[in-house]
Amino acid sequence: MEASPVRIDDSAAHWQDILRGATEAVAVPVLAVLAALVLFGLFVTIAGVDPFDTYSLMYAGAFGSWFSWQNTLTRAAPLILTALCCALPAQLGMVVIGGEGALVIGGLAAAAIAMALPDSAPLVLQIAMAIAAMAAGAAWVALAGGLRHWRGVNETIASLLLVYIAVAVFNQLVEGVLRDPASLNKPSTPHIGDANMLTTIPGTDIHWGLAYGVIACLLAYILIYRTTFGFGMRVAGGNVKAARMVGLPVGRLVLVACGLAGAAAGLAGMVEVAAVHGKANASLIVGYGYTGILVAFLARHNPLAIVPVAILLGGIGASGGLLQRRLGLPDATVLVLQGLIFIAILTSEVLYGRLPWLKRKPS
Amino acid sequence: MSGDLLGWWGVPLAVLAGAIRVSTPFLFVSLGECITEKSGRINLGLEGTLVMGAMSGYAVSYLSGSPWLGVLAAGGAGALFGILHALICSLPRVNDIAVGIALMLFGIGLAFFLGKPFIQPQAPNLPSIPFGWWSDNAQVRDALRVNALFIIGVILAPVLLWCFRNTRWGLILRTVGDSADAARALGYAIGRVRLIATACGGFLAGVGGSFLSLSYPGSWSEGLSSGQGITAVALVIFARWNPMLCFWASLLFGGAAALGPALQSVGITQGYYLFNAAPYVLTLLIMILTCSRDRTLAGAPGELGVTR
Repeated sequence: MEASPVRIDDSAAHWQDILRGATEAVAVPVLAVLAALVLFGLFVTIAGVDPFDTYSLMYAGAFGSWFSWQNTLTRAAPLILTALCCALPAQLGMVVIGGEGALVIGGLAAAAIAMALPDSAPLVLQIAMAIAAMAAGAAWVALAGGLRHWRGVNETIASLLLVYIAVAVFNQLVEGVLRDPASLNKPSTPHIGDANMLTTIPGTDIHWGLAYGVIACLLAYILIYRTTFGFGMRVAGGNVKAARMVGLPVGRLVLVACGLAGAAAGLAGMVEVAAVHGKANASLIVGYGYTGILVAFLARHNPLAIVPVAILLGGIGASGGLLQRRLGLPDATVLVLQGLIFIAILTSEVLYGRLPWLKRKPS
Repeated sequence: MSGDLLGWWGVPLAVLAGAIRVSTPFLFVSLGECITEKSGRINLGLEGTLVMGAMSGYAVSYLSGSPWLGVLAAGGAGALFGILHALICSLPRVNDIAVGIALMLFGIGLAFFLGKPFIQPQAPNLPSIPFGWWSDNAQVRDALRVNALFIIGVILAPVLLWCFRNTRWGLILRTVGDSADAARALGYAIGRVRLIATACGGFLAGVGGSFLSLSYPGSWSEGLSSGQGITAVALVIFARWNPMLCFWASLLFGGAAALGPALQSVGITQGYYLFNAAPYVLTLLIMILTCSRDRTLAGAPGELGVTR
């Protein structure tokens, strides 16, 4: 038998290896984000704005004060949940980009259940809203997963098509049967009532949705790395044929992973309705689902890494308003930066195993 | 028949007119994606390329006064995005689907950023050819005003099919797409062929985008494209990588997209938004019916990851 490069008995070398891997997993994405920031600086320079003004305003708008921190964390909450929608199926090697659809359908379901149960206690109503939103989101993404499993339909395209269908259903219902007659200019569902809104974390303006997101990430981490089910997911993600050969229920793995993914994004929709807007309307469809894809890729689909990355992206989103007001940059500036980060992070895949000071020494 | 009211006959007429009008972006994007996928790579970023093409086409048409220059600029912007996609994908361990998603988001963001100053002004639009001159009926005449870009697309589809089957270039493209190993053994530069194929695909998708802003609806706004690009990518799979089938599928999708406005024009406003989703539902249904878990699709390029 050939000697494997990692010798378990040599614990010092083993730990060194783990340390090297961890450093690399942090260093490469950080380098990618820095590269994207440099490119972004060049971009705004061409647009006629001083890049260092831009950077300092972005920092101020995202993390510069307690006020900005609260804004950032409030935006991070839905991003954490929609990122899970991409990261969970990714364990099975699937690229699901339909988080936006599950968020929209989840928000709609939450608003609808609030209309159906007008006189219930706040806690009961909130639980009902969360369950409805998670079930609707789960069904939406599980549909894409099921089509992949049973019919071989590409899940990336199917999940994106489902986003447009979700938005159509949303508009139809919000402008139709679920519409509050009092909402004239901007069709909305009726407000769920101030007493029924999710409260804020004591001492802050941040709603409890952030905690939901963090808890969901912890649960996802345990599921993926500490259970047999998660092990099966990762095996099937590595090699589907091998997974079938050893008798893993691939269909069930796909459906459950997609269902949980959709439930997370659906919960994001509920949080936005129950904690931010109080009703379902066009303000719900602002692209949290798409930014969530970027968060998941940047976190390399690791649920624990999703939380800090979502805070970073939430911060970039939060600073958009300041860039608009102070520098006259359009609101799409944030989208440009997000696109650059996405491109940089995919390009940085090349660097793994090639960073000179992190190379394993040949023994 | 004279007079302006066709009554219920207005619905099929409007669907036909809509099919011709709305199908043009589908047609160009799907032909472009067809070339790219024949080389064994999928570019999901064409949604972003479409929006980028719509913006740059409109901006150049407004600044230069010539809509055809706008079409060229849109194609050029699309080709640049195609080249970017191909270059990133040529790096080791980079997944083409993920790069496509990144370029989709980047293209849309960049187009919104650069397009801000062009939302208000009116740029010169592309000319239409009135094929309905023989009729007195305004609705018929209006329905048969066919845009010049559509006619270019109609000619392009059979030409592409012929090129794929009968030219040296077509053969090289198909070889690279079907088996990279075989192509390498024959001494073809796989990376360069895919680069050219993705650039051509981007060019056509950009041109398709310019149709949105320069003909129908005919102005630049941020809500211009809603999934036409991604629908067209799915449509190529349905059309089995055959440019002529892409043409017929585009007409079908155009008709589906025109159904909502057509029904609205005769007073049926119930379910307007649901009818707007018709092309997406249709795409999904067609994919469900034509895809299969157990076999690869007939005609699928062997190197294409999306069908596996």
